Order: sequence, then C-alpha cells, then structure tokens
Amino acid sequence: MATPLVELKDMCIAFGGVQAVDRVSVDLFPGEVVGLLGHNGAGKSTLIKMLSGAYKADAGEIRINGEQVHIHSPRDARAHNIETIYQTLALADNLDAASNLFLGRELTSPLGFVDDDAMEAETRKIMGRLNANFSKFHAPVKALSGGQRQSVAIARAVYFNARILIMDEPTAALGVHETQMVAELIQELKKQGLGIFLISHDIHDVFQLCDRIAVMKNGQLVGTALTADVTDDDVLGMIILGKCPPGAVPGPGAFVEGVPAG
Amino acid sequence: MSETALSGQKSPTARSIFAALQLDTRFLGMIGAFIVLCLVFNVFTDGRFLTPRNVFNLTIQTVSVAIMATGMVFVIVTRHIDLSVGSVLATIAAVMAVVQTDVLPDILGLGHPANWILAILAGVVVGVLIGAFQGWMIGYLSIPAFIVTLGGLLVWRNVAWFITSGQTIGPLDDTFTMIGGIGGTMGETGSWIFGIVAVAAALWLQVASRRRKASHGFPIKPAWAEITMATITIIAIFGFVWVLNSYDIPKARLMRIFEASGETLPEGLTMGYGIPYSVVLLIVVAIVMTVVAQRTRLGRYIFATGGNPDAAELSGINTRLLTVKVFAIMGGLAALAAAVAAARLGFSTNDIGTLDELRVIAAAVIGGTALAGGVGTIYGAILGALIMQSLQSGMAMVGVDAPLQNIVVGTVLVLAVLVDIIYRKRTGD
Repeated sequence: MATPLVELKDMCIAFGGVQAVDRVSVDLFPGEVVGLLGHNGAGKSTLIKMLSGAYKADAGEIRINGEQVHIHSPRDARAHNIETIYQTLALADNLDAASNLFLGRELTSPLGFVDDDAMEAETRKIMGRLNANFSKFHAPVKALSGGQRQSVAIARAVYFNARILIMDEPTAALGVHETQMVAELIQELKKQGLGIFLISHDIHDVFQLCDRIAVMKNGQLVGTALTADVTDDDVLGMIILGKCPPGAVPGPGAFVEGVPAG
Repeated sequence: MSETALSGQKSPTARSIFAALQLDTRFLGMIGAFIVLCLVFNVFTDGRFLTPRNVFNLTIQTVSVAIMATGMVFVIVTRHIDLSVGSVLATIAAVMAVVQTDVLPDILGLGHPANWILAILAGVVVGVLIGAFQGWMIGYLSIPAFIVTLGGLLVWRNVAWFITSGQTIGPLDDTFTMIGGIGGTMGETGSWIFGIVAVAAALWLQVASRRRKASHGFPIKPAWAEITMATITIIAIFGFVWVLNSYDIPKARLMRIFEASGETLPEGLTMGYGIPYSVVLLIVVAIVMTVVAQRTRLGRYIFATGGNPDAAELSGINTRLLTVKVFAIMGGLAALAAAVAAARLGFSTNDIGTLDELRVIAAAVIGGTALAGGVGTIYGAILGALIMQSLQSGMAMVGVDAPLQNIVVGTVLVLAVLVDIIYRKRTGD
C-alpha cells in the first residue's frame, strides 16, 4: 500500500486532568476523504487541532508522506500545506474578504507594504471560481451571508495549494444549495489528489462524501471502516455505544462484550 | 427594528453622492458636529472663537493629546485599554528634563545643539521600554490591561516624582522648547511651502490610487467625485495654512527678535506665526500611524486581532508579541507627547499630563474607536481630540464655571458613544 499522506500515531492531549484525546491513530491517503465522527466532546475537533497547530500534542507522532514532522503552531501546519476550515470559520469579522483570505500571508509590495489591490485581484479570481455570485469585496465579512462567509473560509483554505485539508463541520451553517456547492468542491479537490479530513454530525453527508470513517468516543478511537463496508446503523452503533461492527477495524476505544471500554 | 429603519428619512440622492465619493459618513457627521460646535462658540464669544489666534491656540493645545490618541486607537482596537498614558508622560517628561538640564550639560555643555534631540531620544527609549514592559505583562503574563495600566497610573506618576524629587525642572533647552507650539513656528513662507508640498502629495496619492485601481480593472470613482475630493483637499490645506499665517506675531516680540539679531524692526512690518512645529510633528505621526494601520502587516494584524482574536491566532499571528508591540508604540507616542507638553510649558512639572489618560481615551472613543475592538481610525481620533479641546476651551472662553465644564465634557463623551451605537445599529456597520 502507498505511503499515507498523513499518519497520526498514538496522539494524546489532556486539559487539566481530562484526557481529551487518548492514543488515537488515524491515517489519510492522497485523494481520500476520511470522515471523523463522534458525539460532541468525543475529541474529534481536539484531535484535528493538533494537526492544524492550534493545540500542541502531549504525546504522539505526526508523519506527513512518511516523514515525522513537528507541528507547534498554525504556521508550522501551513508550512506543511495543511489548511483548516474551522467550524467557527475563524474569520475576522471587521475585515473584508481579501484581508481574511490572506490573513497571516499578506501579499506585499516590493517596499514591504500590504498590497491590497493585488490581494483583491486574487480574491476576485478565486471567488469567481468558488462562488460566482460573490460581489461584496469591500464589505467587512460580518455583512455577508452564512454561505458567503463559508466560501471565504473555503477560499482561504484552497487558495494556498493545500495538500491536506481539514474541514470541521463545513456544511453546518449552510442551505441546501451551498451544501451542494461544498460537496462538489470536495469531489474536485479529491480529484486533484488532496487528502481531506471531514468532521461532521450529518451521517448522510458522511456517506455521500467520505471514503472512510473514523469514529471516536470519550477521546478514544472506536474504529475505522470503509463507508462501503458499513451501514448507517453500524455507524450509529459505533458513535453511541462504541460497538465495532464486523466490517470495521476496531481501535483501543472499541466496546468489547463483557469488558468496559478503555 | 425594521420599521424605524424604514421610517428613517434618508434621501437616496444624498446617499448615492456619498457612495460615489466613498466618504466615511460617520466621519462626515463628526466634522459636521465640530463645525456646529465652533459656530455656536463663535456666536457666544462674539466672534472671538474663530479668530486666527484662537485657532492657533486650539491646534497647539490639541497636539499632545492627539498624538497619544493615535496610539490609543491601536490599544483599544486590540481590545485593551491604557490608563497609564498620563503618568507615563510625566515620567518621560521628567527623564527628558533631567537629561537636558542635568546629564547632558555635564557631558556636552549647556546649550549644545545636540542636547534637545538626545533628550527626546532618551525619552522615546524610556517610553518604548515602559510600554513594552506593560505590554509584556498583558500579553505574556495575561494580566488584564485594565489592571496593569491602572497600576501603571500610580507607579509612573510617582516614578516621575522620584526622578525629580518633586521639583519642577527647568528652564528647558531653547531648541527643545521649540516643539512646544508658539515657541517654534515655520513662518509664513515656510508654511506656504509646507502647504504646497502637502497638496502635491495628496493629489499625487489620489492619482496613483486611481491608476492602480484602473490597472487591476476595479471599479473607480467617477471623475467628478475625484475632482470634488481634490478641491476639498486643496481648500482644507491652504485654508489651514492661511489661518495660521494670519495670526501675527505681536509687535513687542517681533522687536525682540530683530534686536536679538542686531537689526531694527522696519516700520509697518508684520509677520505671521505660520504652522507650529508641534503641529508638523502631529501630522507626521498621523501619516505614519495611518500607513501602519492600513498598509502594513502589523496594522492588519492589529485590526484582525481586535475583530477576532481566535481567528488571528489560528492564522498564525503571534497575538502576545503583537500586544507588546502595540503598547510599545503607545509608549513611544507618549514620549513624543511628553516632549510637546513639557516644551509648551518650558518646564517639567509634577502634575504634567494629569488626567491625560481620560482625555486620550475620550478622544479615541469620540473619534469612532469601538471599545469592543476591531474598529477605529487615526484621523477620527485626532478629530476627537480636537473636538474635546474645542469644547473645553470654548466653554472657558464663554465663561462657563469650571465644574460645569467638566460636567459638560463628561456628558458629551457618553452621548457621543450613544449616538455612535445608534448610528452603527442603523447602518449595520
């Protein structure tokens, strides 16, 4: 089998004595969408934030293309072409679309000044591809609709040649049409060979978009499975009871008959 | 909500004119309020308020607070506050006074031409260090800015006292006192040259911006809008120069100046003061701070952090270091303000800068800086400082009792913020 694009091995992090993520191992291959599932507080977002640099792992190993890397800050993650679309979108509401798209990576003129016009031109280009109806280039993003804000957040992740994309609830705030738009985008990015981690609560979304799922419960990995090998009910059983169905590979958090999980 | 919005009488034509000019309507409102204020005072003082002499005095009285207000914009935009600026100003004024009256005369000699600049540099270094230290406590130790600078309010006021042993230090260096205001002006010719350069620069910026927009194929303003803007700019700059040039140097003083150079005053000769160096300093500070705010990464990060600190951090911005930088800038500006304030008095006194923190914060807030963070402009803060100062000295000229003056100023501050909240709700800004 090919080298995974990302390997997370035995990732651990604790907050004030609470083991939020406990020895979780997941991998991701190029052109693959892996859905991360679990209850609220299962540790999905926390796990992913260790990859995106928002949190520093207590223990564990991150490998990209087989090479071990150290991610201590969002800058480190970006240097490895890891881009994240956060559930909260992480936009500065008072700034316009271009400023948000390039936040932390502004284009500058030869004198070192921020080149707003060049950034606006680039923003117009990418928004033309992602969301052709987008026209409010000078308004602060708080004046935009949920879908428009989402497209700014997506544009920011896609623009910088991401190889690994993390999407935390990308469709939670969207209408039917925009959800469809995100689905099409994910298909296109897959074709380009990106690896995508998708966090979602929507089982329907997951089955439509993901190649593989990984389910977490109480900070531990219940198991992973190809979406083709499991049913809706199997997945719900994994999320709610921690029970691993026959089609899945059990993890350390899998509930075994007669033995309490963990 | 929607009913009030609908019933609001807004002329669509006026709106489209403002839209074409791409003017900040909020700022226009402030200018309008300022003009009304000046006219009202002018009526109540029988025309003494809008004389060249009073306009001159207003500008030099505003400079110190206005310089600090530009820094306070950054502090408040990043959701912090600085209550210590008045006390920091006192400490720096004490340092600059001691350096130029005690330290440097021993090394370089009294009246050495480098004394004034070395004193100011020493003050700026101290100011930046104090600011950076307070910023470090806020950013890295996570002590709220309110507490750190409230402590600073007490600490630095009394550090100043220690430095000077409670004495008034002076007289200050002759060159140094020239940045105080009336002691150093550009004269009529110099002021006109300054005005012409300023107009040329403003027009060039306008043309360059239009060309750049056109080259990217962005929508540009209609030509009449550009011409209107250019005309307003030219009138404003030349008008300002003309007014300051119209304030004549008193005859006795002119005679002293001529006697000092061994000549006699020719009969009938008058000379205007022109633009004070302190105002030039304020203009330079305003330009630099505006460029930092709008054209540098630092400025972009300041506003991004104010708008959404989490998003800024997730974008790889070091928000802790940013806090240190913001407070260091505030400290450096407090040093420049201290130089102007001390030079204007000709001495460094114990109570210099007392209550300045409140004037500075009020100026920034009246100027449209939102305490919730993320919003604020440099030019707004300077206009805010000018409005505060006009209110204060206007009332003094009218003869309003001192306690009543402060009651009015306090009330105006609260009302200004209320009006701003209503305005923002309506426009959805």
